[in-house]
Amino acid sequence: MALVARMLAPLVTTMVTAMLMAAPVARGQSAPEAPDVLVKGITTEVVAIIKADKDIQAGDTRKIVALVETKILPHFNFTRMTQSAVGAAWRRATPDQQKQLTQEFRTLLVRTYSNALALYREQVIDFKPLRARAEDTEVTVRSEIKQRGAQALTLDYDMEKTSAGWKVFDVKVGGVSLIAAYQGDFANQVRDAGIDGLLKVLANKNRQSDSRPKG
Amino acid sequence: MKLLQRSIMLILVLLFASGCASTGGNDPRDPLESFNRAMFSFNDSVDKAVLKPVAEGYRSVLPGFVRTGVTNFFSNLEDLWIAVNQLLQGKVEQGVSDGWRFAVNTTVGILGLFDVASEFGLDKHNEDFGQTLAIWGVGSGPYVVLPLFGSTTLRDGLSRFTLDRLADPVANVDHVPTRNTLFVERLVSKRADLLGIGGVVEEAALDKYSFSRDAYLQRRESLIHDGNPPRSPRADMDSDDSSQLVSSRVPALARIVSGTYPTPALLAELAANAAPIVVTDGEGKPVSVGIADAPLLTRSVGGL
Repeated sequence: MALVARMLAPLVTTMVTAMLMAAPVARGQSAPEAPDVLVKGITTEVVAIIKADKDIQAGDTRKIVALVETKILPHFNFTRMTQSAVGAAWRRATPDQQKQLTQEFRTLLVRTYSNALALYREQVIDFKPLRARAEDTEVTVRSEIKQRGAQALTLDYDMEKTSAGWKVFDVKVGGVSLIAAYQGDFANQVRDAGIDGLLKVLANKNRQSDSRPKG
Repeated sequence: MKLLQRSIMLILVLLFASGCASTGGNDPRDPLESFNRAMFSFNDSVDKAVLKPVAEGYRSVLPGFVRTGVTNFFSNLEDLWIAVNQLLQGKVEQGVSDGWRFAVNTTVGILGLFDVASEFGLDKHNEDFGQTLAIWGVGSGPYVVLPLFGSTTLRDGLSRFTLDRLADPVANVDHVPTRNTLFVERLVSKRADLLGIGGVVEEAALDKYSFSRDAYLQRRESLIHDGNPPRSPRADMDSDDSSQLVSSRVPALARIVSGTYPTPALLAELAANAAPIVVTDGEGKPVSVGIADAPLLTRSVGGL
């Protein structure tokens, strides 16, 4: 169990960082901000907010969710994330099902991020130089979180260039892709009960989590 | 502990001998899914009933600096074996760096209680013999969930209970009560460092088992390749074309033989971080080591 938890620790930490990268904020409208600058800016901002907010440090779920919603989520491409997590079954889904899937997955990710972010304490987050050419439309922004007694946890953001600026479409914590981890999970549900089955499980999961106090 | 270790080995061998008979899993990497699921939920119960509450008690009773010291102490004990595995994988520079880490933290860091090496830029790494075997071209074998020890693969589980165990300083303590105390202390300390994470996974996953398995296998793949795994590790899992893997790794082995070590880059880095540091020599007499002496220390680390 400890080993499992240890392996998954990066995931959590990654999520923390992922959350940190959001916030469009009112930055200059002219040229889209470079992806690494964007992520670093959001991370710095979110860390500063957490450090200054006693309620968040005490685990105030509502405040953390609000932080994720306003600062981090605007920088995610949820449609693309949902599409890759659902995989081949996405094409068989009706537009209405696709919309619902995206909505439910978004809710789940907000909660997951919020839970992960609530674990953030004083860890130092380092950003590595961006290795990309100017014309690239997909890049990976790499960062790592220093941990005591363990190798630093890498937190990588896969980002794509869109008309609305750079958007995250996958987050890798310690080499574990969030989307890939969901792919197997989703594929099992679809195989057992179809797309409606997956939707139902997602909706139940989100409702359960709503009613359960965070532990 | 011996009995436990033997039981684990027996399980692994039996699983192997049974030809990994498929038990209805859907994932080719996980033919033992029904056995694994049972172990997974057993481990989960044990964690909820015993380990997690103990870890929570540990965290609430001991102040942060004490817990950090304990974490650092056990982490330091791993570093020498990590260094050896780096060398076995042909990563001479990292191997020397990890040898330095151990030397610095054991001496300046007072038996590893303080992680001063990280301040000098000697970062902690993650290696074990299972990763070394993977680099040598040995496939992972099926995914296995062991009672109490959790997720592993056939290759990594066998390494863990043979060579990794032989190289574990805690397992080599002769005084049995001391050894068992250290085992438990290490387990609790590691679990305490992970408190909170279980809850995140619980709320994130639809099926905790398959989510944990996929995350574990991805994580191992990433560790084996030091953060740069080949694209689409899923596809690679099914491939049994290991000849290609082996040949691509020969240059790494060759590096050990022809070796560029000690590397100028590392020495330059050490010199750049030059605070004078004190180490003890073979007879236990303190030796002051500064920039000018860096090659001397590197030589002695090389002998580890």
